[in-house]
Amino acid sequence: MPMEFAVECKGVIKDFGTGSVRQRVLHGIDWQVPIGATTFLVGPSGCGKTTLISIIAGLLSATEGYVRILDQEITKMRRSRVVRFRADHLGYIFQQFNLLPSLTAVENAAVSLVVQGVTLATAKRQASVLLDRLGMESNKLKYPNQLSGGQQQRVAIARALVHNPKIVISDEPTASLDAETGHEVMELLGQVASGADRAVIVVTHDNRIFPFADYIATMSDGRIESFRKNSA
Amino acid sequence: MFSIALKMLFHDRAKYMGLVLGVAFSTLLINQQLGIFIGLITRAGAVIVDVPQADVWVMDPGVKNLDTIFPLRDTELGRVRGVPGVAWAVPLYKSNVTIRTGNGELESSLLMGVDDSTLIGLPPEVVLGNIDDLRRPDAVAVSMDGYRKIWRNEPLKLGNIAELNDRRAVVVAIVKDSPKFTSSITFFTRYSQALQYTNNGRNQMSFIVARSAEDSTPAEVAQNIVARTGLQAMSAEDFRWKAIMYVVQNTGIPISIGTVVALGVLVGIAVVGLMFNLFVLENLKQFAVLKAIGTTNIRLIGMVFLQAAVVGFVGFSLGLFGATMFFETAGKSPTFQGFYLPWYVAAASGGVAAAIIILAAMIAMRRVLFVDPAIVFRG
Ligand SMILES: Nc1ncnc2c1ncn2[C@@H]1O[C@H](COP(=O)(O)OP(=O)(O)OP(=O)(O)O)[C@@H](O)[C@H]1O
Ligand SMILES: [Mg+2]
Repeated sequence: MPMEFAVECKGVIKDFGTGSVRQRVLHGIDWQVPIGATTFLVGPSGCGKTTLISIIAGLLSATEGYVRILDQEITKMRRSRVVRFRADHLGYIFQQFNLLPSLTAVENAAVSLVVQGVTLATAKRQASVLLDRLGMESNKLKYPNQLSGGQQQRVAIARALVHNPKIVISDEPTASLDAETGHEVMELLGQVASGADRAVIVVTHDNRIFPFADYIATMSDGRIESFRKNSA
Repeated sequence: MFSIALKMLFHDRAKYMGLVLGVAFSTLLINQQLGIFIGLITRAGAVIVDVPQADVWVMDPGVKNLDTIFPLRDTELGRVRGVPGVAWAVPLYKSNVTIRTGNGELESSLLMGVDDSTLIGLPPEVVLGNIDDLRRPDAVAVSMDGYRKIWRNEPLKLGNIAELNDRRAVVVAIVKDSPKFTSSITFFTRYSQALQYTNNGRNQMSFIVARSAEDSTPAEVAQNIVARTGLQAMSAEDFRWKAIMYVVQNTGIPISIGTVVALGVLVGIAVVGLMFNLFVLENLKQFAVLKAIGTTNIRLIGMVFLQAAVVGFVGFSLGLFGATMFFETAGKSPTFQGFYLPWYVAAASGGVAAAIIILAAMIAMRRVLFVDPAIVFRG
């Protein structure tokens, strides 16, 4: 039976701090992220979006509840397996790009493969192909500080996709970009990350890119308020 | 992954250079200072080294080093020769004389009187001349450094006349001796001739140097001599150590050098430790990204240690090279003549460099281990 959902959250609660400074940020999240689609997670600042996707990505542990991702319960996995799982199945794109300044564009894009154990030379060949598709032919040997924001984000997209992850998680990928570049980046992301057995989760405030969503989940104060197919 | 670690390291040139120089500085200081230290203290035994034929030294029971000597009676030579295990024994005379250099200045010099018949006690390396000419009247051999000091601008040649305590001495040979602690000028002459220069001919043996027979060790023979004569006797090696330890225990050299070495180590640890910590701290976000992407902790530790090891290796090599160059060039000046870099000092400084690096890496490693990968999603 094919998977129905890329990610399933059930009763996910997250508290920060302990004792009197304890703050509940997620109040029991139930959420199912469809597979083969791009899902947006939107909501006011501080409502817990980043916290939620960090838990989904296995970077943060939930206080209560469980998260199934690709039919595996990441909340119950041993730490070392989570690390391996991240390397194998997840790709990340960040608002701040987070490229390694000491590596060229193609080396940066190759990092996800190198982490899996692929040699740098092989990884660079694959990364290079992907960068070509992203329109970065002439910039592959440049360092991040020689690239524009949009170009850096393309490198970040290549890094998130070079190892063919099933799930790409992205927090505000267009917030540091102007409207036009943001559009381009989302278009490229849609092209390379789409597929029947994949899913893209995008956290955003940026309503200019809403048209790229297949589904939109709205969060408010630590809860999922609504979840709907995007008609826009 | 490791090539990424290296690129991270080399990318921040300034910090990389700082780290390398920190290790290099420590290494250089340790090697240079300890090399000088060992060079200096071994000079205390130079006179012994210059008589390689003898392996047993006999002297007054109160002697603690080569500078403070009490003469032995002539009859002792015969008694020592009679001790079982003694292959041969000859007198050796050691004294200080004042000499007048070519331009009229006075210098203090060492005068060694060697056995008249065998000439044992002369350093083996002859630079110029024939040592058999020492048998001629008023003949002396002079050390190379001494020659350079007395006849400063003259080429090496024989026949120069020196005045030892106002008596004529003709240079018939120039020899290479081990650098001494006190004076760089040494004259060698026959025992009987030396007495003329300093003591108006009265017999005064400073030491008896002897050779142990083939079937006995120097230490055994020395013990026999002590038992039979009541004099002090020990193997050449033991005497050398005794003389060196005298310097170690009775001068400020170990403390002053030790302080510099300790400072070198401390500065090395502080500079390298802090800088490496700073380096890792500045790259913490990158480590967090790698961690989020799925790099295991073991790999991250490996990366940090590789970075530290490269810094350590390059810095150590540079420092060792610097120290070697120092001894290469400084070794040519008379002050540092005979100074060298013993392998064990280099090895010890390698150990210190490794310790500095491991310490720095351990401190930095904690940060990398505990960095929360979740920070990658935060601004
Ligand atoms: N490590 C932490 N320790 C304590 N509180 C935290 C921590 N991380 C987040 N919080 C708090 O949790 C709440 C939700 O934060 P989160 O970053 O998930 O919000 P967000 O929806 O992503 O906001 P934004 O749109 O501004 O990025 C905030 O009140 C924040 O202060
Ligand atoms: Mg956020």
